[in-house]
Amino acid sequence: MYFVDRVRQRLDDTELQRNLKRTRGRNAASRAAAVAAFTDFDAVRTRATEIRASVLRDLDIWLERFEQKAAETGATVLWARDGDEACRLIIDIARRHGVRTVVKSKSMVSEEAGLNAALEQAGIRPVETDLGEYILQINDNEAPSHIIMPVIHKSKEQVSELFARVHGTAPKTDIEDLTREAREKLRPEFLGADMGLSGGNFLIAETGSVAIVTNEGNGRLCTTMPRVHVALTGIEKVVPTLDDLSTLLRILPRSATGQAITNYVSLLTGPKQAGDPDGPEHMYFVLVDGGRADLLGGDFESMLRCIRCGACMNHCPVYQTVGGHSYGWVYPGPMGSVLTPLYQGLDQALDLPQAATLCNQCSVVCPVSIPLPELMRKLREKQVERGLRPWSERLGMRLWAWVAARPWLYAIGSRIAVRYLRWLAEGRDRIQVMGVAPGWTSQRDFPAPAERTFRDLYAAQRRGGRR
Amino acid sequence: MSAGAPGSRGEVGLFVTCLVDLMRPSVAFAALKLIEAAGYTAVVPESQTCCGQPGYNSGDTGAARMLARKLIAEFERFPHVVAPSGSCAGTVRTHYPDLFADEPEWRARAEALAAKTFELTQFLVDVACVTEVPGDFTGSVTYHDSCSGLRELGVKRQPRALLDSMPGVRRIEMPDCEECCGFGGLFSIKYPDISGAIVQRKCDSIHGSGACAVALGDLGCMMNIEGRLRRTGDEFTRVIHIAELLAGMPDEAGG
Repeated sequence: MYFVDRVRQRLDDTELQRNLKRTRGRNAASRAAAVAAFTDFDAVRTRATEIRASVLRDLDIWLERFEQKAAETGATVLWARDGDEACRLIIDIARRHGVRTVVKSKSMVSEEAGLNAALEQAGIRPVETDLGEYILQINDNEAPSHIIMPVIHKSKEQVSELFARVHGTAPKTDIEDLTREAREKLRPEFLGADMGLSGGNFLIAETGSVAIVTNEGNGRLCTTMPRVHVALTGIEKVVPTLDDLSTLLRILPRSATGQAITNYVSLLTGPKQAGDPDGPEHMYFVLVDGGRADLLGGDFESMLRCIRCGACMNHCPVYQTVGGHSYGWVYPGPMGSVLTPLYQGLDQALDLPQAATLCNQCSVVCPVSIPLPELMRKLREKQVERGLRPWSERLGMRLWAWVAARPWLYAIGSRIAVRYLRWLAEGRDRIQVMGVAPGWTSQRDFPAPAERTFRDLYAAQRRGGRR
Repeated sequence: MSAGAPGSRGEVGLFVTCLVDLMRPSVAFAALKLIEAAGYTAVVPESQTCCGQPGYNSGDTGAARMLARKLIAEFERFPHVVAPSGSCAGTVRTHYPDLFADEPEWRARAEALAAKTFELTQFLVDVACVTEVPGDFTGSVTYHDSCSGLRELGVKRQPRALLDSMPGVRRIEMPDCEECCGFGGLFSIKYPDISGAIVQRKCDSIHGSGACAVALGDLGCMMNIEGRLRRTGDEFTRVIHIAELLAGMPDEAGG
C-alpha cells in the first residue's frame, strides 16, 4: 500500500484519530517543562551534539576500542552487516546454548532485523516484555507506531478488550489492573527463559559496557535472569567514556518523556564473574551496520547522531496527524522520513521526505541538533538527481524557474495568472474548485488575487507620480 | 551605496515576494508605507521575481541557485533588504549561503546579503527601532507565528511589540501559536489530506483564542488559513497580513 493510501486510512480511522488527539502535545509539554526546569539545557545540548559528532568522525577507532574492552570483560562482540546477518548470529548463539525461549526488552534494531519472525522460524520462542511491545506481540505481531511509546496509538479500552480476548480473563478498565495482568503473564517467562535480548541505548568504549534506559524494569530482568544475554544495537551507538554517557543521560530522558531520569538506568559490563551473586553466564554483543557505515563522511552523517528519543515525532505536525504506522517501516516521524529512504532505498520511500512541511520544529527540539528538515530537503535533491520525481513536476519546476529568471516574461506570466484566477473566482473573493491544483481546493478555498499585480500597480503609480 | 533622499535614514531594498506580487499587492504597499514611516527610503528593484524557495524545497538546487544569483545581484547594493515574509527572508538569510558551498565568490556575496536581509517586523523593531506605527486597527487580534520567521529568523517578540503599540489592538495569544499551519508550500497540494487536518487544528486554535482577527507574516500561511476558515463556514474571522494591520490599510488594494 502506498503512503497516501495508508494516510487516508489513518485519517478515516476515528478511533486512531481520537487516540492521537488524546496524546497530542502531551510529550511536547512534558519536555518543555523539563527543559525549563533544567539550568543551561542549551549548553548540555551543544556538548551532547559534540560528543555524538566526534564519535562519528572516528567511529572505527571507538568500535575497536569497545570490542577490545568488552572482550576483556569476557563478553563476545559480533558484527552484522545487516539485519539478516544479525538474525543468523543470534539464532546461532541460541542454538549453541540450547535456548528455547528468549525474553526481549525493547529494541528497534530487532524490528529493523525482523528478529521475532526469524526466531520463530528457527523454532525459538520470542517473548516481548516491554508492556507496549508485549501488547503489540499478542495482537498478532502488530508493528510499533512510536520508537519509545510503541503502543501510543491504542486506548486503554482497546488494550482491555485485547487482554480479555487473548488472556481469557474478565475485561479490566483500570490501567493498574491491566499492568498487573501483563506482569502475571510475564513473570514466569522471565524465570523460565534461557536467553535475554536487549537493545542498547549506548555502548561505552572505555569500559566495554552497554547502557540501557528503561522505565519498566523488564530490561533489568531480561539482562540478569537468563543464562545468556545478547545486546543487539547499531554500530553508531558507541560513546567514548562514562563521562560522555552521563552528559547524554542528562538529555535523553528529558527530550523523550520529560523525565529528569528514567526509572532504570542499567550499565551492563561483561558476564557474571566469580563472586557475583547474579548475572548471565554468557554475554554477547551483536552490532549491526544495516546501512549506517554508508552514511559516514557523507551528506547524511549527522543522522547517525540520533539517540532515539522520539522528540522529533512528538513535535511533528504530520506525525501527530497520521500516526506512526503511516510511515510504512520501523522508524516513523521526521527521523523515520530520513532513515527509511537511507536504509531501505531512496526509491522505496519517495513520499516520506516530501510529506513534511519543513516547519523545523523537529530540529529545534532534537537533543543532538540533527538538521532534519535539511536532510529531508537533501533527500528531495537526491530524488531529483536520480530522476525519481514525476516528469510533470520536473517540467513544471524547470518552466517556472525559466520564466522567473526573465523578468519581462514573468510580468506577462503573472498578469495572465491573475486574469485566469479571477476568471475562476467568477467575481467572488475566492475560488472553490481549481483544476490546476485540485489538492488545494479539496481542503480549502483559494483566496482570489487582487485585480492587478503589485508590479503593474507600482509602475502605474510611479508613472503617475512623475507626470 | 546610496543614502536615499536628504533626511532619510538610508535606502531599503524591498523584496516584494512573488506571492505578494501576484495575490496581495496591498501587502507590499503597506510594507512601503511602514518603511517610509520609519524614516527610510524604500526602493523596489523592478526586475525582481522570486527568491527560488520553491525550487530549493523541491530539491531542484540548479533552479534555486540561478534565482539566488539573480536576487543577490539585484539587492546587494542596498544597506538593508526587507521582505514582508518570514519564509522568503529566511531563504535568503539561512539558505542562500548553503547553496554556494562550492563557489567561494558567490558564497561571500550570499553571506553579505544574508547578514542584511530582514523580515519586515524584524527590521522595523530591531533595526529601525520603531515604537509606533501608522495603523489604527481596533479589535482583538491573535498572532500566528509562521515557521520560518519564528524558527529560522527568531521573529517572535517583534510583531507582538508593534501590535502592542497600537492603542486599539487587544492582543490575545491562541493556544499553540507556534504550531505549523500545514501549508508547507507544495506540501499543501501534494498531501492535501494531511495539510487539511493540520490547518483545521490551527483554525480551532484561532477560534479558541476568541479573537476576531488573526495576523501573520507570511502570505502562504495566510491563504491556507483564510481558505480553510472560509471553506468551513467562518466568514467572520479576519485574516490580515501583519504589514497591512500595522500600516492601517487592510481593505484597500493598491494603497
